[in-house]
Amino acid sequence: MTNISSNAVTAEAEGPLVPTDPTPGPKAKAKPAWMNLNFGPRLWVSLGIIVVIALLAFVGPLLYPYGPDEKVGSLYDAPSAAHWLGTENFGYDVVAVLMASTRNSLINGLLAGTLATVIGVGIGVVAGYIGGWLEELLMGITNIVLAIPSIVILILISMSLQSTDIPFFKGIVGLALVIGITSWPWTARAVRAQASSVSTREHIDVAKLSGARTPGILIRDVLPYLASYVVMAWVLQLASAILAESTLSMLGLGPSGTNSLGMQLHWALAFQSVATGAWWAFLPPTIVLTLISFGLLYLQSSLDEVFNPRLRRGKKKNLAAAAKRREEAARKLEEEMKAPAGVTEVIV
Amino acid sequence: MTEIVSAAVAADHSTPVLSAKDVTKTFKVAGGSITAVDNVSVDFHAGKVLAVVGESGSGKSTLARMLLRLMPVTSGTITYQGKDVTNLGGSELRRYWRDVQAVFQDPFASFNQFFSVGHMLKRSLRLAELDKGTEDQLIETCLGYVGLKSADAMHKYPHQLSGGQRQRVMIARALMMNPKVLLADEATSMLDASLRVSVLNVLQELRDNLHLTVLFITHDIGQACYLADEVVVMEHGLVVEHGTTDEVIFTPQHDYTKRLLADVPDLQGSLKTRSWEPGAPAHVPPPAKDS
Repeated sequence: MTNISSNAVTAEAEGPLVPTDPTPGPKAKAKPAWMNLNFGPRLWVSLGIIVVIALLAFVGPLLYPYGPDEKVGSLYDAPSAAHWLGTENFGYDVVAVLMASTRNSLINGLLAGTLATVIGVGIGVVAGYIGGWLEELLMGITNIVLAIPSIVILILISMSLQSTDIPFFKGIVGLALVIGITSWPWTARAVRAQASSVSTREHIDVAKLSGARTPGILIRDVLPYLASYVVMAWVLQLASAILAESTLSMLGLGPSGTNSLGMQLHWALAFQSVATGAWWAFLPPTIVLTLISFGLLYLQSSLDEVFNPRLRRGKKKNLAAAAKRREEAARKLEEEMKAPAGVTEVIV
Repeated sequence: MTEIVSAAVAADHSTPVLSAKDVTKTFKVAGGSITAVDNVSVDFHAGKVLAVVGESGSGKSTLARMLLRLMPVTSGTITYQGKDVTNLGGSELRRYWRDVQAVFQDPFASFNQFFSVGHMLKRSLRLAELDKGTEDQLIETCLGYVGLKSADAMHKYPHQLSGGQRQRVMIARALMMNPKVLLADEATSMLDASLRVSVLNVLQELRDNLHLTVLFITHDIGQACYLADEVVVMEHGLVVEHGTTDEVIFTPQHDYTKRLLADVPDLQGSLKTRSWEPGAPAHVPPPAKDS
């Protein structure tokens, strides 16, 4: 280090080694990266849907006068001023049950989706970055899991969970774990491809030359580059998990004694609500389920627009400013073209 | 070919700092394999700039990555200060990287875009294992050495710097380790002409003032001529010519070297062939001879 210091002093005495660039001072800080993201109308619409559903699930029960376990009527009482969506087959208030079901479905989706994303991203990042035999092994396992029809596995495990004595696994959490454990392979495959591409970038070599170890590189140099992709995969997993839970519950394989959107549909079908015209028993959970899936899928596609600059739709004022800049540049170029013509005349 | 290499080696009897002996790199591809570097032997002597010149795909960057131990060799040996470093790993490899550092081609891709310059430099200093007070002073010194001010650069993100500034930060990062050898892999090829000269001058200063050994990889034999003491010419993974810069530039032996030299744009010649004033812009047609 002594060498560097002494020579630096010499260099300073002789002036800078290279002309200093006219760098703007600290005051001229650029906008933070998140401010350059394109939060378009699609994002706000999808977020609006999800926020409304979340409020219904988590805030609604605090304000609504009836609870989901409170018997308020008999089989399929029609909607009234007291019970906005009537009662379901057991005489419970449909709105109260719907709010509890939505909450449970969202919790299930969050747990299962997060678990699937964590497993998928973990396996994909390690396989893509490390490569070699480890990649072959992890992708081999992934392909095996992919080859097994997940719905069959889900049905089998759900049936065995129903007969277990452990209360933890009998509830919504048990089902979420099963869904999470069976739905990570697509995320793993996609993340592996992305991680493999990032691992060849020069900043990874610089990190290695800086003495960074593999876990540090994975967390600080690879994962941030996959963040947008991982967020989108997570949103997609959330929607898939909620739909998977609803499918199982509707088939009667969901956790017994628990409210969920799928279970509401299961009981509605079992008690002939469609045949008897009791639309308030099956339509509200169907609409909420559709809104959740639509909101999440729409959010996923709008996030793609946010993170991918090529898909951005400029705001009108930005487009106008860009057009003005182009016009100005064209005018300057035209002036420059005119100027040398005069010089040529002088030379001639 | 062997005589040329031997002659060049004989010209410098000092023990090489870094040395590659019969190094080969083969990549497996669908339906066979490709030899990117074929049985290359080259020595790097202390305080000298050795340029490796060749077209794209000649294997020069692969050679650099093997010397950096970022890529395993298929066969051959790499020695550093007489010690075999071909199969180093773990903490030994990190110790090797304290002495052998690199600056890469793309000054933007070399940065983790999520880190500020200060964060990146401090992260690199963990390898040097210094205390915090010394760290700040060292960063300031090294940034100053490449003509940057610590106060201006530290809080900035890569996208807030120009290409030349980024590359100089990268040189400063490598310098902080106080390395003995610096590999510059096409370090100027993505910079514009004025920035290119400034980076070449920085490398020259490092050799002259810090007695740093520099491996300068380039496809531009003109830049090699400007900077290097020795030149190695590579074609299709093979070293086709190796000698002092004067020998290779003024008395090239191999046809490939002659071709590379012939491809260097001749500014003086092109100006002479112009029939109008050199100052006139290209889009203005030359004046007619009778005017």
